[in-house]
Amino acid sequence: MFTIFGVPSAALFGQLLLGLINGSFYAILSLGLAVIFGLLNIINFAHGAQYMMGAFVAWMLLNYAGIGYWPALLLAPLLVGAFGVVLERVMISRLYKFDHLYGLLLTFGLALIIQGLFRNQYGVSGLPYGIPAELRGGQALGFMFLPNYRAWVVVASLVVCLVTWFVIEKTKLGAYLRAATENPTLVQAFGVNVPLMITLTYGFGVALAGFAGVLAAPIYSVNPNMGADLIIVVFAVVVIGGMGSILGSILTGFALGLVEGLTKVFYPEASATVIFVIMVLVLLVKPAGLFGRAT
Amino acid sequence: MADAAVATSGAAIGPPVIEGTGAAGFHRAIFAGLVVLLLVAPFLLYPVFLMKVLCFALFAAAFNLLLGYGGLLSFGHAAYFGMASYISAYSAKVLGFPPELAILAGTAMGAALGLLFGALAIRRQGIYFAMITLALSQMVYFFSLQAKFTGGEDGIQAVPRGTLFGILNLAIDINLYYVVAAIFLIGLYAMYRIIHSPFGQVMKAIRDNEPRAISLGYRVNQYKLALFVMSTTLAGLAGATKAIVFQLASLTDVHWSMSGEPVLMTLVGGLGTVFGPLIGAAVIVSMQNYLATLGAWVLVVQGIIFVTCVLVFREGLLGFVAKTIRRPL
Repeated sequence: MFTIFGVPSAALFGQLLLGLINGSFYAILSLGLAVIFGLLNIINFAHGAQYMMGAFVAWMLLNYAGIGYWPALLLAPLLVGAFGVVLERVMISRLYKFDHLYGLLLTFGLALIIQGLFRNQYGVSGLPYGIPAELRGGQALGFMFLPNYRAWVVVASLVVCLVTWFVIEKTKLGAYLRAATENPTLVQAFGVNVPLMITLTYGFGVALAGFAGVLAAPIYSVNPNMGADLIIVVFAVVVIGGMGSILGSILTGFALGLVEGLTKVFYPEASATVIFVIMVLVLLVKPAGLFGRAT
Repeated sequence: MADAAVATSGAAIGPPVIEGTGAAGFHRAIFAGLVVLLLVAPFLLYPVFLMKVLCFALFAAAFNLLLGYGGLLSFGHAAYFGMASYISAYSAKVLGFPPELAILAGTAMGAALGLLFGALAIRRQGIYFAMITLALSQMVYFFSLQAKFTGGEDGIQAVPRGTLFGILNLAIDINLYYVVAAIFLIGLYAMYRIIHSPFGQVMKAIRDNEPRAISLGYRVNQYKLALFVMSTTLAGLAGATKAIVFQLASLTDVHWSMSGEPVLMTLVGGLGTVFGPLIGAAVIVSMQNYLATLGAWVLVVQGIIFVTCVLVFREGLLGFVAKTIRRPL
């Protein structure tokens, strides 16, 4: 055991790990927002509610159907994503010809409905969701104790983020997607089914949120309000990073999680606001965001 | 990434342009009718309920001034409403200010905070503007949670209503009601004049086509900031008045869900109409009163109203009436 700047190493690295975990969620959620924004030009305010749904679907699968964590990690995002597809087809697609702000207002209303329904059904006290047997326990690293599940969360989100980046930047499908982001009319003229692509993109972004929800379920209690405050922080993350770059969103998410963790060690009073303060500084110095293009 | 779609984006947010002749006289008649209505209302309805409607109507009208006439969607108006409410409550209770000064202090807070946050938020446009205002207001929420003077979870309770100008005892509901009604009318009339001034015309031009306004030589950002501060000042006035009426300032006032209230009221009443927010506030506050016992269902109902308004009823109640009678309201 040693100390760094008067802080015991275990406390410092423990908070850094927590920060990294928060950062994982920031990264996945801001990535989903960026993917959706790129093609649909709307900010998905329901993203926090859909993240919460992911956690709840995992909980329901376990408690009502006896389906455990690993299948849920695949099933819950699929179900939440399918829900997103329906939302896009039935409601969001009607608003593309109007100002983009209406999309924000619509998804805000949807978030209220989803949260309200879950609150009526399950209350606000939160439901427990156990860590899967394979990932219980942890490793003693000497300078800190590393719980296996938390390490898994960081690795899993990194992998999902990098795969998403790879698909969008390096594959043919991703090329279509990027082309449709730049000029949907032209891409459609080439025979690509752009409306279908838009629907699936929204579904994919929502599924990412659902995936984050499943990852979060064993760490935080499964609670109808778990996404509401998180999503506002993620908005700040998105403003800081700018939504123009996929890799930028991922990097900003993880980095801000770490900064938040460090703040908890050295100046805990500011830990809830540090990301907003950074947002203000970025707005002053580089209004377009760290990785954004001027709009 | 969004360049292409911005160019093809369709109808801007805001009401369709309705050209009417003799609109000024028509509006004068509505204002006169409104004065009469506000004078007799406390004999028909419970004054505390009416005061709640008027405070929220002023709050919603302030929000509508910004979105309906400037095209700027602020999702963080709770910050100005709530901080003004705290300052007003604190100065009335702890510093012993008379109500008129307490409300003035709260309003000044709304203006100062609006100047600070507005200067930051107008650096980005559209959706980013909404996200930035929301994030800044969340910062204010966390500040209020930790700061000493706000009383944390308890808020500032039992704020004295005091005596206005040392003459009028505001502890009597009906006295306070007429003061609140006067504040509301002054606020609404101020907004009406702002909207119909040359400044308001320029704001509408910026809303409808910003690049063209820039090319005509207008300093767009200064106009936006000015409108933003006007809006937050009036939101502050609403919050400060609310603190005196309910003798309470609490975390609810700065929470993000409070930012959603004026958005919903404005949508229901009619975005970009002068009198719409009043109608919207009356509808939503009544609904909240009726559904108060149903807990989280209020949230669901509000969400459903949001979704319905955005999908099929974008013009709102008064926007619909205005379209029918072909006169701007």
